[in-house]
Amino acid sequence: MPFEGIRQNRSLQVLLGLVFGIAFGFLLQRGGVTLYDVIIGQLLLSDFTVVKVMLSAILVGMIGVHAMKTADLVRLHVRAGSVGSTVIGGLIFGVGFAVLGYCPGTAAGALGSGALDAAVGMAGIVIGAGIFARLYPALEGAVLNRGKFPAETIPQLFGVSPAPVAGAVAAMIVVVLALLAFMGL
Amino acid sequence: MFEWLFSATWSPVVVGAGIGVLIWMTFLLSDRPLGVSTAYAKTAGMVEKAISRENVKSMPYYRQVTPEVDWQWTIIIGVIAGGFISAYLSGTFALSAVPPLFAATFGTDTLLRFSVALAGGIIMGIGARWAGGCTSGHGISGTLQLSLASWVAVVCFFAGGILAAGLLFGFGFL
Repeated sequence: MPFEGIRQNRSLQVLLGLVFGIAFGFLLQRGGVTLYDVIIGQLLLSDFTVVKVMLSAILVGMIGVHAMKTADLVRLHVRAGSVGSTVIGGLIFGVGFAVLGYCPGTAAGALGSGALDAAVGMAGIVIGAGIFARLYPALEGAVLNRGKFPAETIPQLFGVSPAPVAGAVAAMIVVVLALLAFMGL
Repeated sequence: MFEWLFSATWSPVVVGAGIGVLIWMTFLLSDRPLGVSTAYAKTAGMVEKAISRENVKSMPYYRQVTPEVDWQWTIIIGVIAGGFISAYLSGTFALSAVPPLFAATFGTDTLLRFSVALAGGIIMGIGARWAGGCTSGHGISGTLQLSLASWVAVVCFFAGGILAAGLLFGFGFL
């Protein structure tokens, strides 16, 4: 695969992580999604900024990543989930999302724009991750592997190639974005 | 010509498209999806390591998520810096402790807001590692790869979030 030299260069990758992070933080802040009021507004279904940013990112990212995959420039990075891991963990995350009012990425961008409560939240996320690491051996045996999903990707689940699924998802996203604009949300 | 660089907000759809292009670059140049919650687990591992090096070696989770400074860790430092650069350029940088919506609902007590943020962060940290990703890793990078787990995860993030926010602030949309 091309770019393998860059990908294997450890010190360059550490620098690239920083550069990508700066671009991500800049975009999150400029999009308004580093604001507590905007994130809680989304969860209260009164402000759709977060959904608009996410859907637009998924649309553009999906087309590019799948085109590059077809051209053998990139490989996908997906893992099979499970009810015990994805559903339970996702619901716990959602509760934290509403209580903190930021997510792991937007909290960092919020701290950069001066929100001190986001810094406290980030310390909390570190503590939570540490608690999970300590619970991990027990959880792995008891919960995380319960109800494994039958496929890694949606195309695999339906036994089709990615292109028609990507097309359907793209159409769905365009309709939802148009609908939000039409409704003035 | 460069007014856009200093304007306070960009259209959410433009920002999302920018994030999409950014993810093309992370796949192409780093062979990775864009995700930030691993950085928090690595930081937790670094703290554990500072307390007891032996202890960390014996913990299976830190064999998967190695507590070291690498791409997945520097990204979070970048996000803080990027947020600052954006806020500084647009003139919106301001130190704050209690967000307006929180203050309007629960009052302006800084200690209360910090306690709630700490509790929320702890719940979120557990949930993010439990689900194997967050709003960026699952919510954007995973869903755009059409990962089944990521689409289930993002539905659960919002289901849990909408329910909890409704309980805290009242279900205004009902």
